[in-house]
Amino acid sequence: MSGVLELRGVHRTHGAREAAVHALRGVSLSVAAGELVAVMGPSGSGKSTLLALAGGLDRPTGGEVVVEGESLGALPARDLARLRRRRIGYVFQDLNLLGSLTAVENVALPLELDGAGVRAARRLALAALAEVDVAGLAGRFPDQMSGGQQQRVAIARALVGERRLVLADEPTGALDSQAGEAVLHLLRRRVDAGAAGVLVTHEARHAGWADRVVFLRDGVLVDSTAPLVGVEHLLSGSGR
Amino acid sequence: MRTAYQVCILLAMSIRHGLLALLERGQMYGYQLRSAFEESTGSTWPLNIGQVYTTLSRLERDGLVRSLPESEAGQRPYEITDAGRADLALWFATPISRADRPRDELSIKLALALTTPGVDVRAVVQTQRSATMRALQEFTRLKYASDKPEDLPWRLVLDAMIFQAEAEVRWLDHCETSLVRHRPAPSRPATHPEAVDRAGEEARR
Repeated sequence: MSGVLELRGVHRTHGAREAAVHALRGVSLSVAAGELVAVMGPSGSGKSTLLALAGGLDRPTGGEVVVEGESLGALPARDLARLRRRRIGYVFQDLNLLGSLTAVENVALPLELDGAGVRAARRLALAALAEVDVAGLAGRFPDQMSGGQQQRVAIARALVGERRLVLADEPTGALDSQAGEAVLHLLRRRVDAGAAGVLVTHEARHAGWADRVVFLRDGVLVDSTAPLVGVEHLLSGSGR
Repeated sequence: MRTAYQVCILLAMSIRHGLLALLERGQMYGYQLRSAFEESTGSTWPLNIGQVYTTLSRLERDGLVRSLPESEAGQRPYEITDAGRADLALWFATPISRADRPRDELSIKLALALTTPGVDVRAVVQTQRSATMRALQEFTRLKYASDKPEDLPWRLVLDAMIFQAEAEVRWLDHCETSLVRHRPAPSRPATHPEAVDRAGEEARR
């Protein structure tokens, strides 16, 4: 089975020779459609590096990152940027909503940047807001919404269009436990509808929403849990 | 699984008050009590009918419930007494003492792992974390599936198990960090006379 996201023996080293820092050391991971994988590990274990590589925001120094059959390393910069805009959604702790745009404009922005017509972009943005249950806030500006509502808009922006890979880095941020749980519920729902998801978190309670939990330690995947399916065929472990 | 074990102990302690709480709603016979009990715990904590009758007879002996005449169908309903109501009110009003809870086998196991030669403590931590994480995923799945308003009591029970499992994982993370920072010396360090003298000298300065 080939996943929406495939990391194959991925290495990421910062610096060279004695000063080299090995952020990731031969990580292989496959995430299928309909699967949510949580990546846990202590600070500095390589979690965010893994997510940046998966999203094409950073390039590996070794190994290969494949998203929906396309090897990111082989893509020219312009094609990589387009793939990022069209197929990959990001949810970060820092919401990054633009204060001068309304909720629907924030969500439509990536589509417009990608060349979609204003009307088509707006229609898709409204659908994405409805998916996260905040269609009624479409005309509001970020400072007119609560933290939880803003995070929903940020998620709508990550899900808008046909993104099949959703990458979330500590997406519940500073939200209270109820609002944070709602965020995970939405992520889960999108994955159940056919997306592949990667959730980076240091909170076990959040990782509990995943189908599979992998632990990163010192740049190596050390363990995984798989309550429903065998891990062996999905996760080839570290250093292979 | 430790969490499930804990739940069982807790359950044994609270069947008595669970039955009293159910009887507070109105009189019931044994089988009704059993199904009402299971319903209130999302059908995942089965109670055998023998436990129900044993508990009822103890409650009756203590004057907290009384049995009523058998119905024509041969079922004997029970009702709560005033003493039973007082006992139930006291139970709700009293916090559960941490001392009443089962001893934590896991922390004892880790403490022993540290001092037992040949045990890979990090492996013990990792094995436990995986198991607890799996339990956490299972509880979360059950919770995700229970989204009807009438599921609220069950969701709160699941939340309790989720938070307990989370606490355990956090504690295991903490243990791991401590293990990384503190490489234990061999269990019986060879004391070097000179080293002791030097240390003694430094201490005297």
